[in-house]
Amino acid sequence: MTDLRTAFFEECEELLETLSDGLASLEEGADDSETVNSIFRAVHSIKGSAGAFHLNALAEFSHIFENVLDLLREGKLSADEDLMPLLYAAGDHLSYLVEAANGGVEVEPDRAAALVADLRRTANVEGSATEEEDPDTSAEDVAAIGAFQPINLDLGLPDLGSIDTGEAPAPTGPPRYTIRFAPKDELFETGHDPVLIFRALRALGPVEATADLTEVPAFSEIEWDRPYISWTLTLQTEAGRDGIEGVFDFVSDLCDLEIVPDLPPSTAQAAEPPAGGGETPDEDGPGNVDTGDAGTAAAAPTTAAAAPSAPSAAKPAAKKPEGKAARDTIRVELERVDRLVNIVGELVISEAMLRQAMSDSAMSAHGPAANAMGQLRQLSGELQESVMAIRAQPVRGLFQRMSRIVREVTRETGKNARIVTEGEATEVDKTVIERLVDPLTHMIRNAIDHGLEKPEQREAAGKKALGTVTLSAAHRSGRVIIELRDDGAGINRPKVRELAISKGLIAAGDDLSDAEIDNLLFAPGFSTSEKVSNLSGRGVGMDVVRSEIQALGGRVSIASEWGKGTVFSISLPLTLAVLEGMIVEVAGEKIVVPTTTLRETVRASEAAMHCLGDSERVLSMRDGLVPIVDLGESLGFRGRVSDFSDQSLLLIETDTGQRTALAVDRVYDQREVVIKGLEQNYRQVPGIAAATILGDGRIALIADTDQFTSTGPGTAAASVSASGDIFDDFSDFGV
Amino acid sequence: MAKRILAVDDSRTMRAMLSQALVEAGYEVDLAEDGAQGLERITEQVPNLLITDINMPKLDGFGLIEAVRGQKNLRALPILVLTTESAAELKMKARKAGASGWIVKPFEEEKLLNAIRMVVA
Repeated sequence: MTDLRTAFFEECEELLETLSDGLASLEEGADDSETVNSIFRAVHSIKGSAGAFHLNALAEFSHIFENVLDLLREGKLSADEDLMPLLYAAGDHLSYLVEAANGGVEVEPDRAAALVADLRRTANVEGSATEEEDPDTSAEDVAAIGAFQPINLDLGLPDLGSIDTGEAPAPTGPPRYTIRFAPKDELFETGHDPVLIFRALRALGPVEATADLTEVPAFSEIEWDRPYISWTLTLQTEAGRDGIEGVFDFVSDLCDLEIVPDLPPSTAQAAEPPAGGGETPDEDGPGNVDTGDAGTAAAAPTTAAAAPSAPSAAKPAAKKPEGKAARDTIRVELERVDRLVNIVGELVISEAMLRQAMSDSAMSAHGPAANAMGQLRQLSGELQESVMAIRAQPVRGLFQRMSRIVREVTRETGKNARIVTEGEATEVDKTVIERLVDPLTHMIRNAIDHGLEKPEQREAAGKKALGTVTLSAAHRSGRVIIELRDDGAGINRPKVRELAISKGLIAAGDDLSDAEIDNLLFAPGFSTSEKVSNLSGRGVGMDVVRSEIQALGGRVSIASEWGKGTVFSISLPLTLAVLEGMIVEVAGEKIVVPTTTLRETVRASEAAMHCLGDSERVLSMRDGLVPIVDLGESLGFRGRVSDFSDQSLLLIETDTGQRTALAVDRVYDQREVVIKGLEQNYRQVPGIAAATILGDGRIALIADTDQFTSTGPGTAAASVSASGDIFDDFSDFGV
Repeated sequence: MAKRILAVDDSRTMRAMLSQALVEAGYEVDLAEDGAQGLERITEQVPNLLITDINMPKLDGFGLIEAVRGQKNLRALPILVLTTESAAELKMKARKAGASGWIVKPFEEEKLLNAIRMVVA
């Protein structure tokens, strides 16, 4: 059941996406039946499955929602300005209920009372016919299917009029019923077989059946699908009248049926063959037929109807769930894909090792081996890309989720805002998408809560009262750029500065550029809102947003223009499995410096360096001084080198705009490396983000460049003090 | 020989639930995700029973049933309709199209199998 549950929630996500897409096109004026139908079906499917998992709140709400959609489908409602907000609100609440059900969260019962009332009112006003239906099959339903038409047969039985409903007293054994059953044409036309009905009756108690064959014509005149035979059955059962009617549930409108309780068995006469047209059917050979053989005994009509309707050349083995339905897509556990990603990663490393071995052994660069090597390299590259593509998903789902957040926040804050999304088809690694939910949610809440002005203020500033939040995604030079843009007031820099001073983040006399002030928003413990609102507050600051994005190998930057709005840009790697890095050497060890933060490489001998005090050195750049950090010393590989002149300097710049020059012994080349997490195999090491295995089979550590700059000038090196014997501990690292 | 059941439903969850229950009960199960695909599957191989949802893209349950009943050799094929409503109106409509019976969702396995036993030997 757990698997099914998981599958259900996965499907719910997709259905909610369909719903959201549908509502959006509906709002844009696509009032065609396919759009409306797809919305209806999405809600309907959720309802159907929710019931199966006893998620009652979800099932009930979908049902109410569905009623409104049904009217929309029938054209009794139109998707106008009045209805759309209701539909959106209902869609949002449905998402909430799905999430609540998935997380086992108790649903606040009053949360949507007004919404439910609105939906009910809409459904009832517009369509008087939409009544709440009892989900259980009731006797009334059965009766409504077809008029109960007893046939009059003279059975020569005592008058039963007075006991036609109650159960007869049964001194010996269960009560006994006489059932007269005469199929109509439609019974066979809808695939029914009286034999199965008799079998079901036999499951209730002992049955005797008498067939009336008086209507059977001469053989040459028999039409195979006409019912010529009727039956009189006697049944002894504790199931009661309801139980018997249950057996006839599917056919109650397809036959003439009469169920009569008998007198106690001791006094009842054996049922006589029905008189039918008045003739005694003896010569036609009616008889007491054992129900199990009724199919064969009941002559041509029944058998013909009951025969399997085609060669049932069934395959021997039962099919797996899903069978042939999934033709264009297959669903694969993420774990399997990840295993594949890992193996391909290893392959890429092996390929690099082979390539290196070949060049070390001085093989010809143009021979057949080199050609094959070139091919292998290309293939493994393509393989890697293809595997990564499996993990990639369009950001559509994420964006739709953000659309819900926008509506939620606008409702709560009373601000008018709409969301515009661009580049929803952009594909990003699944894990990245999942881990973007929280930071992006927070950023959007912030954008509306703090970024957008109140409608009055906007109008006073000559803007439309309706604020716009634009969320876009695009691929740009091998990375994914996600931008969140608002047309709000922009960052109030004097106020931010003031606040930062009051919180001790900066000194009163500090001279900060606009960018530096903007970046204070990401400083731990900073919040521009005078009171922490329950919306964007939530105990999380933008510093957490930034660190979450950095944990994904991403960068977030901010740009703002006073009065016009603010733009947050998130730049993310396409995959979490490989990284573009510069291979450098420090104290005989190879280190990978991610190129995301790398701006420039300079030879120290050609650079202008200055000494500050005894030991600090700075690099003089066109636009200022940059502190130099000795990477070898910072990582604890060796003591400080006194002379930087043989060294190379890697200028790195974080997304906060802080710059550092890393001094390294030697720069090799730039290449893609497969990331191997350190935490799983070793432990977290300050200054080190992860590790990789190079072509020569050696481990190289990947530097976490942010840690060399995040503490600001002067203290950068001090914060990073890895143990010097880090490599000694790598015996269990898998190499 | 195991009886072969074709279940048509656009909900993956529902397909999985049906499939699990039916396979466990010893039936051979084939699945389709909409009426059009269902019809295609029937044309390829006629099942012993068709179970179909009503609301589906491309071809809905009613349409599927009508298409099946329109073929002379399929007139006796038992068809059960999956419905979330026990509304008489829906049942009537399904019956008119030619359904043998109905299963009200959410179904208990026992009820599902009982309904099937009413139409498949």
